[in-house]
Amino acid sequence: MKSSVITFPGSNCDRDMDVALKKFGFKNKMVWHNDSEIPKSDLIILPGGFSYGDYLRCGSMASKSKIMKSVINFANSGGMVMGICNGFQILVETGLVPGVLLRNKYLEFICKNVFVKINNKNNTYFKNIDNDVLKLHIAHNEGNYFCTNDQLKEIEDNEQVAIKYCNKDGVADEQFNPNGSIKNIAGIFNKEKNVLGMMPHPERMIDPYLSGEDGSIFFNNLINNLK
Amino acid sequence: MKISVIITLKKDVLDPQGKVIHQTLDGMGFNDIDSVRQGKYFEIDTKENDPMKAKDRVEQMCKKLLANLVIENYKIIDAQ
Repeated sequence: MKSSVITFPGSNCDRDMDVALKKFGFKNKMVWHNDSEIPKSDLIILPGGFSYGDYLRCGSMASKSKIMKSVINFANSGGMVMGICNGFQILVETGLVPGVLLRNKYLEFICKNVFVKINNKNNTYFKNIDNDVLKLHIAHNEGNYFCTNDQLKEIEDNEQVAIKYCNKDGVADEQFNPNGSIKNIAGIFNKEKNVLGMMPHPERMIDPYLSGEDGSIFFNNLINNLK
Repeated sequence: MKISVIITLKKDVLDPQGKVIHQTLDGMGFNDIDSVRQGKYFEIDTKENDPMKAKDRVEQMCKKLLANLVIENYKIIDAQ
């Protein structure tokens, strides 16, 4: 399986993602934001970081960069595109997934391990995964998912909520909401479920020395689903 | 020609920064405030000399980049 990780000026999780993808069997290529062509890929990743220094709104500049035209075309023709953290912020700015990511409710940068409940397994990202809850890492200042009431209804009707913040038993209520996101939303799909944006970093949980291995469960399952 | 744009958060969008500014002002003795909302201001200097055309271009800029219409409104305030 071939993957491509896009590097924007200010991306800082691109190489971690490269390590993770290779560990689980992807042949990964790094692609610069100013290129216009993406190598043949089964999966494109928009990594975490602070593209363009978070100027204007997080992800807004990166969403207009040269490579994004190809990424948008790839996504619109059914290609798998996953945005992690700043990558999720870039995805919402392109409009590939609905909503926006606001400043965290209590104005603090949150860096900690959280539990997320898989809300929909009827897609290539989470199909066949045994776990209902994953322990993953979050590190963000703008992860407070927001959308209009009309959008929320559409998202829920189309089963676009991918993962929700919860406790270790999968209870997703306000008490376990780290950043104020509507309905504890930590990740969402586009309508067709080939585009996934999420705040948690699975690439930071791929080794017992890195405080957990639930990211390994995610990547192993993902590559098997793509085969 | 200079055109100015003000971007504000829509009414229903939470503005925690505005809230903290409000609380701080309140603590400083400015206790007659009902609410504070924080926004953004842009000055765009364009080569276009036709005010209507310039305004039209800036409107496109607002829709495509300067504002995110899910959460923000824009107001083009003047052409000089």
